[in-house]
Amino acid sequence: MEAGIEVAPLPTPVSRPRRPWSPPETAVGRARERFAWLLIFPSLLVVLVVAVYPLINTFYLSLTNKRLGSLREVRFVGLQNYQDLFSDSLWNSSIWHTIVFTVFSVGFETVLGMGIALVINSNFKGRGIVRASMLVPWAIPTVVSATMWQWMYQDVFGVVNDLLVYRLHILPAKVAWMANPATALPAIIAVDVWKTTPFMALLLLAGLQLIPGDVYEASTVDGANKWQQFWQITLPLVRPALLVALIFRTLDAFRVFDVIFVMKTYAPETMTVAVYTRQKLIDLQRLGAGSAAAVIIFLIILVLVVLYTRLVRVEEA
Amino acid sequence: MAQKATTSAPIAVPAQPRAQERAGEYVAVQRSSAGHVFGRILFWLVLVVIVIYTLFPFYWAIVSSITPDSQLFNTPASYWPEKIDWSHYEYVLRNNDFLQALWNSTVVSVATVALSLLIGAFAAYALGRFKFRGRTIGLYVILSMTMFPSVAILGSLFLMIRGDWLLPTPNLYNTKTALVITYLTFTLPFTVWVLTNFFKSMPGELEEAALVDGAGPFRVFWQILLPLALPGLVTTGLLAFIAAWNEFLFALTFTNDYSARTVQVAISQFAGRSQFELAYGNKMAAAVLVTLPLIVLVLIFQRKILAGLTAGAIKG
Repeated sequence: MEAGIEVAPLPTPVSRPRRPWSPPETAVGRARERFAWLLIFPSLLVVLVVAVYPLINTFYLSLTNKRLGSLREVRFVGLQNYQDLFSDSLWNSSIWHTIVFTVFSVGFETVLGMGIALVINSNFKGRGIVRASMLVPWAIPTVVSATMWQWMYQDVFGVVNDLLVYRLHILPAKVAWMANPATALPAIIAVDVWKTTPFMALLLLAGLQLIPGDVYEASTVDGANKWQQFWQITLPLVRPALLVALIFRTLDAFRVFDVIFVMKTYAPETMTVAVYTRQKLIDLQRLGAGSAAAVIIFLIILVLVVLYTRLVRVEEA
Repeated sequence: MAQKATTSAPIAVPAQPRAQERAGEYVAVQRSSAGHVFGRILFWLVLVVIVIYTLFPFYWAIVSSITPDSQLFNTPASYWPEKIDWSHYEYVLRNNDFLQALWNSTVVSVATVALSLLIGAFAAYALGRFKFRGRTIGLYVILSMTMFPSVAILGSLFLMIRGDWLLPTPNLYNTKTALVITYLTFTLPFTVWVLTNFFKSMPGELEEAALVDGAGPFRVFWQILLPLALPGLVTTGLLAFIAAWNEFLFALTFTNDYSARTVQVAISQFAGRSQFELAYGNKMAAAVLVTLPLIVLVLIFQRKILAGLTAGAIKG
């Protein structure tokens, strides 16, 4: 829950000294402090009720055999649910699909996003329009974009086959992108890449625009070519923006649910851990077993967050 | 391990080029006009490809939504509409379930935004303007909520919504209230975070002057800081609205009919009049109707949204 921000120790012993907090000496100071807590109380209450309690309860449920809508007595079963989980081949393949989805979608988004950001970063007429058009995929709800692409991937009438077979002659025959287990996951990854690359590009663009132009001028005078400039100036300088964008995207990709569920529901060949967990919890009504899966997802995300916050801290130090 | 990453200097000094290379560069600049034109053409070509790539799917949804079914299933497909046909829109807008879902989504999103702005602005005022013990921890506890996956609390929330937890609460399953409460898990932390940064960045003099004049902190908040924070409130409100409008997992899980089902769930379950009909024309019309308001909002507020997103991401 504390998401590693607190847990992560400062990497270097010589970091900024913490100023010890001293209690307010005056009555006004004390009143201000009470007032501050009053202001923050509603938010903390919401967090406790709809986030902290459910999370703790998930840990507890994962150790029981509780089922939804069942009146039988709830028994404590220890780590049985976890044992069952890791011997379930569907769970293991879900983990694999999630890793594949995360690595490929974040990878493509980063590379493409960086390319697009570099192109837009140069000065040209109509730049505002291009930048605005980048916001369109981001603004489209995931469910809608999944439905749109489902139609585009349609095997007989879909525009993707039309384009690749009739117009560009890249493929000899139409492909059933969604029905074929081999192409379904890559096709879904392509949807995610389409939807998120522009966002990545805009974040990186914001980072690029912080780089002063005279850095490039100086290096051009020194004879550095564009390629060298990119690796030796641009990349190190956008690194903070890049890291943060990567963190957000990795965490998002790892818990992917919407696009997979809309396009393939519970099909085993594209099932990710979030989809698996919902099926266990809600459709199969096995709260105990589903909670075990939920706990594992939470722990993996927690580890990712801790690793990333350490990385960012190190960058900042 | 991770420390390795920092040891590289932020700005690497480019290696000194040899003299010939410089001369070569100079010559290249001299006879550049042909190469220059080629470069410009290449640049614009790349730009066109980028714009087509980002816009084509939505363009295709619009085209499909105004193409009559008789032409929609032609092969090869036609890439622009030959004639405009509104029958898909008529079907969708006469569909009571869809209209009810649109209404549900609107109510849920507006209520979520209002509640998270109200609660969040209080917290952000305290976190951005007051110094007190536990301030940092409070901020991190709220912020950490953005990090964790909503599927991790899905089961527990489901039990709570049905009244099966510590407190004797009513069964909220299949109500809009349930959605508003659970949506706070992702809108509130974001709101607090962005608004805290907003309040922090305001000059302190105004507040001090008002305090000296005898205004209480509450009046300072309502009459001075909140009006100043209006741009921040608009941006965060808009982003929270989009997040709530687009939410799918909770809406799918905590509702089971159109008394509370949101438009995202409705679209995902949109089918043709018969089981065997390909209802893509209708689906695309519904998709466009649901997305168009968002796109218009986003384009109007694009500067603010970009600023809000980058503030959340880069400072974060």
